[in-house]
Amino acid sequence: MAMEAADPDANAPGDLEWSTDGRSLRAIGRWTIDQARLVEARLAGLRTEGGGALTVDLSRIAALDTAGAWLLFRALAQLRQSGAEIELAGVRNRHKPLLDIVAQIHAEKPEGFHPRSTGFLGLLEQLGGGLIRALIHGRDLLNFYGLVTVVFARTVANPARLRPKALVTQIQETGLNALPIVGLLSFLIGVVLAYLMSDQLTRFGAEVYTVNLLGLSITREIGVLLTAIMIAGRSGSAFTAQIGTMKVTEEIDAMGTIGLDPIEVLVIPRVLALMITLPILTIWSDFAGVLGGAAMTMVALDLSPAQFANQLKEAVGIDDVLVGLVKAPVHAYIIAMVGCYEGLRVQRSAESVGRQTTLSVVESIFLVIVATAAFAVLFSILGV
Amino acid sequence: MAQRPAVSVEGLRTQFGAQVIHDGLELTLRQGEVLGVVGGSGTGKSVLLREIIGLQRPTTGRITLLGEDVWSLNRRQRQALATRTGVLFQDGALFSSLTVAENIQVAMREHLSLKPALMDDLAALKIAMVGLPPEAGAKLPSELSGGMRKRAGLARALALDPEILFLDEPTAGLDPIGAAAFDELIGSLKRSLDLTVFMVTHDLDSLAAVCDRIAALVDKQVRVATMAEHMKDDHPWLKEYFHGPRARAVKAPARADA
Repeated sequence: MAMEAADPDANAPGDLEWSTDGRSLRAIGRWTIDQARLVEARLAGLRTEGGGALTVDLSRIAALDTAGAWLLFRALAQLRQSGAEIELAGVRNRHKPLLDIVAQIHAEKPEGFHPRSTGFLGLLEQLGGGLIRALIHGRDLLNFYGLVTVVFARTVANPARLRPKALVTQIQETGLNALPIVGLLSFLIGVVLAYLMSDQLTRFGAEVYTVNLLGLSITREIGVLLTAIMIAGRSGSAFTAQIGTMKVTEEIDAMGTIGLDPIEVLVIPRVLALMITLPILTIWSDFAGVLGGAAMTMVALDLSPAQFANQLKEAVGIDDVLVGLVKAPVHAYIIAMVGCYEGLRVQRSAESVGRQTTLSVVESIFLVIVATAAFAVLFSILGV
Repeated sequence: MAQRPAVSVEGLRTQFGAQVIHDGLELTLRQGEVLGVVGGSGTGKSVLLREIIGLQRPTTGRITLLGEDVWSLNRRQRQALATRTGVLFQDGALFSSLTVAENIQVAMREHLSLKPALMDDLAALKIAMVGLPPEAGAKLPSELSGGMRKRAGLARALALDPEILFLDEPTAGLDPIGAAAFDELIGSLKRSLDLTVFMVTHDLDSLAAVCDRIAALVDKQVRVATMAEHMKDDHPWLKEYFHGPRARAVKAPARADA
């Protein structure tokens, strides 16, 4: 393409030049993608008066690529529409193959693709699609719960099928290894709550009730909810990522061919492990939260540890701890099931693992909070 | 007029720790030719490709691509060079969050300021050129089959009409019919667009069908020759490769040459 360097218009953007008699056009300059904007602008006003035969001379094109050829054929089509009969002349040998292929595609007029719809209709479409997907999703999740329950019943009936090693590994991974983070965060939340409560209650001279409020809120609600949310982020996501990765590498399919049931091998140990560890983690979290509260009340209210313990004993009974604790296995079940389910839904791509993992965390936290609300309603009806 | 080579590699040495991959490798790719690069696993075919397109720095040596010294460019020069080269990665490497048409338009959006309507036209043109149906433009890469993804990747590589095209195992993972169609596509695009092609491949049929010359990576260096010449070479690996049980397909044309 550098060979035409001697030509004066070798560096100018491509254009079609009329001859003086208006019966022929000459293509000059560079018809390339980097000039395409200018070429398009120059060709925009091109039309012919009357019509009739028109010769287009292509011999002086300095450079040509697919975008240039496309623009050329588009301009020629425009001229044809205004009545001209076009004849190409002076086509160079080395431009011919390119012109041929672009001419052919241009003649077939590839249909533009429909961009994803936008605006109000698009919004409506998305809304409807989203609703239907959510319903299908809910149905599938329910199906999965049923499937796991059946497999679980089979496993319980035949305990030899339980995999103790997988179970212990999962208990260590989801329970023991989570102790530091759950303990630390619960302690800090205890500190924050005690600070807020003592600050407000001091105004009424009821500062000692900080202990009651703190003890009740942590044991009944916050300890268990906080633990569940942390475990959903920590272990639920791990379940999805582990199982999802196995899905991508076809390990799950391989299990099927060997005659292993992925639900039995992967899902049951995880669900059981989490149902064992989450209550224990909840007790641990209650303990750490109350400890954090005690530390803060000591500093803010000058309460001695003995006073704190006495007040706590009066305020919080064993049934309050149980009310919190009874929710833990339910949360564990939700988190483990959603984590495993989303893992099994991973398609065969790395991108899908990330998407399902995010979804798994969002969904399990959502369901845990819904369950907490349901428990609150239930307890208020039962008067616990 | 003596044409400068499209790619020239001089005194290339690549070393990972104690492992030497290339040692004193010399390679010239002429303009307008299709060069197939072959070699056993671990001989550094893909590494060589990555070094030429500027993704991986060689230990020593000089690599010139389209007249520019690849490893002494500043950021802007490197970008300019990138617009003149097209690369097709093994599985297409399409941006998974964009549709095929948007994938093709990425480079246009980044480097040029074209009107959206023209970009749509050009994307449709490239899609037709690589033999995809028009409706593929609106699809996401995950909705395409492996062969279609490769075609879409090729369309993206061709978006800015590059002078040189790099292909990494273009027919790997395709069935024989799909692979033959892809070979044919590369051949015809090469002729229409006046491309220079650098192709890493294992596929003997591809080598026979589209390559002008073949560069074989043996003994940490490269031997460039035509298929017929390679077949007379008595290096043990080349002998095994070109005369092994899977080389039946290429024997016929080679005999005709010889």
